[in-house]
Amino acid sequence: MPWLYLAPVLVFIGVFKLWPTIWGVYLSFFHVRPYLGNQYVAGANYQRAFSDPDLRAAVVHTVIDAVGAVAGSILVGFALALLLEGPARHLRILRTAVFLPTVVAMVAAASLWQTLLYPSRYGAVNSLLGAFGAGPAPFLSSTHSSLASVILIQVWKNAPYDMVIFVAGLAGIDRQLYEAAHIDGAGALQRLRYVTLPSLRPITTIVLTLGIIRGLRVFTEIWVATSGGPAGSTQSVVTYIYQQFSENNDAGYAAAIGTLLLAVTIVLTCLNLWWRNRREAW
Amino acid sequence: MSSTYGGPETGSVAATSSTLGLRAPRRLTRSRAGRMTLRLLLYGVAVFIFVLPLWTLVATAFSGGLARLGQVMLLPKHATFGNLTQAWNLGVARGLLNSVVVAVVGLTLQLTVSTLAAHALARRRFRGSTVVLLLILATMMMPEEVIAVPLFQVLGKIPQPFTGGTLVNSYAGLTLPLVGWALPVFVLTGFMRRIPLELEEAARVDGASDFRILTRIIVPLCLPALGTCAVFGFLMIWDQYLLPLLVAQSPDMNTLTVVVTSLQASQEQGEGVKLAAVLVLMVPGVLVYLGLQRLFERGLLSGSLKG
Repeated sequence: MPWLYLAPVLVFIGVFKLWPTIWGVYLSFFHVRPYLGNQYVAGANYQRAFSDPDLRAAVVHTVIDAVGAVAGSILVGFALALLLEGPARHLRILRTAVFLPTVVAMVAAASLWQTLLYPSRYGAVNSLLGAFGAGPAPFLSSTHSSLASVILIQVWKNAPYDMVIFVAGLAGIDRQLYEAAHIDGAGALQRLRYVTLPSLRPITTIVLTLGIIRGLRVFTEIWVATSGGPAGSTQSVVTYIYQQFSENNDAGYAAAIGTLLLAVTIVLTCLNLWWRNRREAW
Repeated sequence: MSSTYGGPETGSVAATSSTLGLRAPRRLTRSRAGRMTLRLLLYGVAVFIFVLPLWTLVATAFSGGLARLGQVMLLPKHATFGNLTQAWNLGVARGLLNSVVVAVVGLTLQLTVSTLAAHALARRRFRGSTVVLLLILATMMMPEEVIAVPLFQVLGKIPQPFTGGTLVNSYAGLTLPLVGWALPVFVLTGFMRRIPLELEEAARVDGASDFRILTRIIVPLCLPALGTCAVFGFLMIWDQYLLPLLVAQSPDMNTLTVVVTSLQASQEQGEGVKLAAVLVLMVPGVLVYLGLQRLFERGLLSGSLKG
């Protein structure tokens, strides 16, 4: 009987998750030619992946983006949590307002910032910079600042999410720890350093590691804001996969990169779980 | 950051009983007033950064006669619905319809299959239950972006009943891949495990069938958890971009996210029209959040880090 209840979800996961995964691994060993049939090429797609300078650049961008966006969100989210934590009504309202970017669809957020970061002096952010005598900055349209701009968009969208997690974490800290520290003569900064930060370390580690692993598959924010450009300066692994498939019509190569990314994700996830279990065992 | 932190020291936020320490003696000194000002200033900065961009979006979407590219408004100028109507006629109407269809059907199916699975996983110890849980957990970690290309090809192999086509460029192709999601299965399984067994046993003694117990007893008790799952499921489906980008082959199948990005790329439309389309995409998420905030926050903190 239990299988009857499990059947629907297993069918959906089987057809739309497992089958594509297996099909992707299979496809990665073929040269996919529309209308001509697939040609078995053994490891040629993988060989190509390991010597492809564009893919290497995409990997570097992806890692920078994942680490930068996650670390930035944690820092800003933590600062927001310290500022807005507390049960008072005005703080609740402020938290609700600040949280809004998180529930805006990623496509909407990226489109909005693409407009706000418009690279002429009439662009919203540039006219603000202009008021201080700076700019206009090219933001998304220059190879030097495009990746940083994309990271800023992600921090804007994700920091409020981290704020909520930290607010919950702060509320869960035993108040007596602060009292004890206070009696021992610890100042505000010392209490932050020796009570708050150690108490939040476990949750920060989880947010950081999961966020970086998840960040390796960044697509939407980059594709909407820059389409991987200018000159490939924001190309991520998944935007590169999409390009190989949709523009170069090379599904086999796209599948090979996808399989590699999947393998990296699995290895990192297992390492993370193993590392966390080991720490807990101590 | 140290300045943010300095507040409680002098009691400027004593009324909010900050976690960061004991209330210091309340002395209305000059430094206390200074810190209060600083705090208000920081509130202003936070709102400026995180809320004002969204406000300029609204103001610009309702402004007429924007001359320059990249120009946005702090207040609507020549207030008009013109941008909205124009965007509406440039595909937003159809995109909204498609997105709503996908969200309603997808979410209904997602919650149904998740409830059924959670009922089996929560109540029965059977051979293979651990394997099933691990399998579902594994799909949770499986990056959907990574399997998007092979998924697209798989959809091209599945025939569509009656029409003779495949799932590519169909509502089924846009919707069905989103149904099997690990998050609601886990949330509901955890919730159902906390429902006392006695309730079910009493109903069984009264002769209720297993399915009847599920629909008449378990599901009504699970409504809060189902609400949480519905909020997250809706936002997940509404956010979809890569899947419709691949699956929708003709403009009339585009979901709202795809319509918005293709409008964004057009050279002819002004910022007002583009941002009006973005506004239509943004509003449902914001409304769901503001309307169901309690459900939302509970889900966020119940260990369900965004799946």
